Amino acid sequence: MSTVDTPRTILEAQAVSKSFPGVQALDNVDFRIYEGQLNALVGENGAGKSTLMNILSGVFPPDSGRILLRGNEVVFNRPKEAQEAGISVIFQELNLLPNLSVAENIFLGREPLTRLGLIDYAQMEERSRSLLERLKCPVNPRSLVSNLRIGQQQIVEIAKALSFDSKVIIMDEPTSAISESETSVLFDLIDSLKREGVAIVYITHKLEELERIGDWLTVLRDGCRVGSGRQTNYDRDSIVKMMIGRKMNQDLSAESKHRIITGEGLFKAENISVEQVNRPGHYLVENVSLSVDRGEVLGIFGLVGAGRTALLETLFGLRNESSRGDTFLEGRRVNINSPGEAIRAGIAFAPEDRKEEGLILKMTVAENTSLASLKKSERFFLLDSSLERDQVQGFIDRLRIRTPSLSTPVLNLSGGNQQKVILAKWLATSPKLLMLDEPTRGIDVGAKQEIYSLIEELTRAGLAVLLASSELPEIMRLSDRIIVMAEGRKTAEFSREDADTESIMKAALHFQAAV
Amino acid sequence: MIDGQVRLKQELIRFQSIIALLLMVVAMSFLSDNFLTTANGWNILRQISVNLCLSIGMTLVILTGGIDLSVGAVLAISGAFAAGLLKNGIAFSEADLLIQFSVSGAILAGLLMGLFLGWFNGLMITRFRIPPFVATLGMFSIARGLTMLWTKGFPITGLGETFAIIGTGNYLGIPMPVWISAALVTVFVVVTRKTRFGRYVYALGGSERASLLSGLNVDRIKVAVYTICGGLSAVGGLIVTSRLDSAQPNAGLGYELDSIAAVVIGGTSLSGGRGSILGTLLGCLIIGVLNNGLILLDVSPFWQQVVKGLVILTAVAIDKMSKKLQ
Repeated sequence: MSTVDTPRTILEAQAVSKSFPGVQALDNVDFRIYEGQLNALVGENGAGKSTLMNILSGVFPPDSGRILLRGNEVVFNRPKEAQEAGISVIFQELNLLPNLSVAENIFLGREPLTRLGLIDYAQMEERSRSLLERLKCPVNPRSLVSNLRIGQQQIVEIAKALSFDSKVIIMDEPTSAISESETSVLFDLIDSLKREGVAIVYITHKLEELERIGDWLTVLRDGCRVGSGRQTNYDRDSIVKMMIGRKMNQDLSAESKHRIITGEGLFKAENISVEQVNRPGHYLVENVSLSVDRGEVLGIFGLVGAGRTALLETLFGLRNESSRGDTFLEGRRVNINSPGEAIRAGIAFAPEDRKEEGLILKMTVAENTSLASLKKSERFFLLDSSLERDQVQGFIDRLRIRTPSLSTPVLNLSGGNQQKVILAKWLATSPKLLMLDEPTRGIDVGAKQEIYSLIEELTRAGLAVLLASSELPEIMRLSDRIIVMAEGRKTAEFSREDADTESIMKAALHFQAAV
Repeated sequence: MIDGQVRLKQELIRFQSIIALLLMVVAMSFLSDNFLTTANGWNILRQISVNLCLSIGMTLVILTGGIDLSVGAVLAISGAFAAGLLKNGIAFSEADLLIQFSVSGAILAGLLMGLFLGWFNGLMITRFRIPPFVATLGMFSIARGLTMLWTKGFPITGLGETFAIIGTGNYLGIPMPVWISAALVTVFVVVTRKTRFGRYVYALGGSERASLLSGLNVDRIKVAVYTICGGLSAVGGLIVTSRLDSAQPNAGLGYELDSIAAVVIGGTSLSGGRGSILGTLLGCLIIGVLNNGLILLDVSPFWQQVVKGLVILTAVAIDKMSKKLQ
């Protein structure tokens, strides 16, 4: 029945759509998963890969469209139903309990029992051992998961998937956290699973991997399927073109910026390296150098895991124990060992996670705004609330923050206004350099534009900005220069004039050829 | 109409502690003739003064999201340390040297002992990343043991009239312990509401990571908070010792639970970042009125414990409900 040319479809999404407040995450997407094949899914951040994966694995249902399993329509209300139907997901953040053994993890929630109703460890360990043998992984089923390397933990996840007799295994960026040699072990494993007829859905940013193991390719962009077919029909260039589209190239020279450039860099960082805390010899950031001038926006582009956040955190005085490199501010060497020192030196940092890292949600708008510069509201060692309100009100007006009052809990503000409160907090410290990590993540389009014009306004006033983002349009819109990071290294640097989306994306995907 | 009801409910919940206190006072005045008298009023305030000292420190600690289980034990060692120095001084037999302590010297030494043990708690929590529950549990045991060693298991008594002023004296007709605890309440209301340090304490309890990223020296704030808590426990220890004219080896047994209860009843969130010193004052008053009232009514002390437990549970349950309403 099945021939070499047309393998059988095991699972299929037909015309699936899904929207979240403010975003059309998936728009009428078809996705076919072939038996015994590697079905790759690629796209930029926010293209809809995770949404599609969640729908296929029963995390939430689609708004419209159908899911067919071996040609029959199925509806999964819960992940467990998908799992029992033979569809397993291996998340990037592995879902194992570190304090339990390998066997306990594999059979979690459905432990085999003895006649007395106790857990039948002998059977559980025997079955785990044979699963692991099938995967050629010599791990003792009794060892604790916390003692395994990430690559081995991944194999335990695969063993767990196989214990459900899974016919489809969805892998989300499986090689992002494992070493080169573990990657080849994983690829061998994928090959043998394919021979057993298991369908693999493989989500990745690393296009070169697909040349090694890919069979079928589907490209998503902005929630739409923009390409699909045999891997061999596409080369890297054409995949990149599909991922980014032609939409943004016109943004490039949209407006010329008026900057005050002094010619000499305000801030310079040389050979910054950050070691991974639990893996000595492995780097989150490796030998990255950069400089930024007054009134200039330096964009730092990179996909998830490229090391952008670790770089900014290091420059802000976090991660002292694991980092090295030199930093210079206004030509003088500065040694920054804590956020407090960074702030005193004139550096500000708005982190990616607004709710956990940027704001104190239990506190009011005023308290959040004044937190990093509270000394300015002090008179004779006591806080002067009218002084504080005046200071805060000035920034609220300047940044056009919409809040019912200064004493409103910051929790009640919209995402865009919360982000502006964070900016206000930093402007109150009179910084020279402002570092922004994903400043518009999760913010609606209107507020995004406002944040963009604020950043432009601030740079016109002489502020230097480091803008780290995984959104290419954002980087293109705001940056005067762009550096690109991939796997902790700086892979390219562009001036505004030479930057084009295609070469930036290639550098982010870490091709040696094009740049 | 429904809006009005919700608002009424919210107001009721906001002033839950005050309302509960008033209800208790009204009920007690009907039930006992001796309750609503000036003498009994001072009595209650004097009785809660020690718990108030501990609870102010505990409030700061809990506001940062921590806990201090060692307050009762630190109270005991600080009081005993001061009493021992005052009574016996320190003898160095080889050098044939005896250092005598004046009353103020002994008081200072007691306070320093409390501050030091609190600082040690802070050091364990920040430097060695030991969870506050465990670090202060360790200190609980250390301080209890030290008290036994220092007192050899016997009370230290006969501390003199000057030292007795702290616990038994009056000024303008108001008992000294009430003056002391009132002064501490005033100081720490100002500290929490009007100083940078106070603001940072709330920020730290709201989000340690965000506080760190806003440039706060998170470790230094924590150490300060535990040091203050130790110092205030020592103040409590001096009051207790002075009042009884005796440092008991078992002083302050179980006081940590009373002070946590007062803080929680006063509306301070155990997860940190929300609460107030005045709330804690109310919590102490509620526990004080409850204990006093039940004694006046001749209720068995065993029932008193049961009732106190129920009050804690009710207070926290109402607090959770109020969060939902908001």
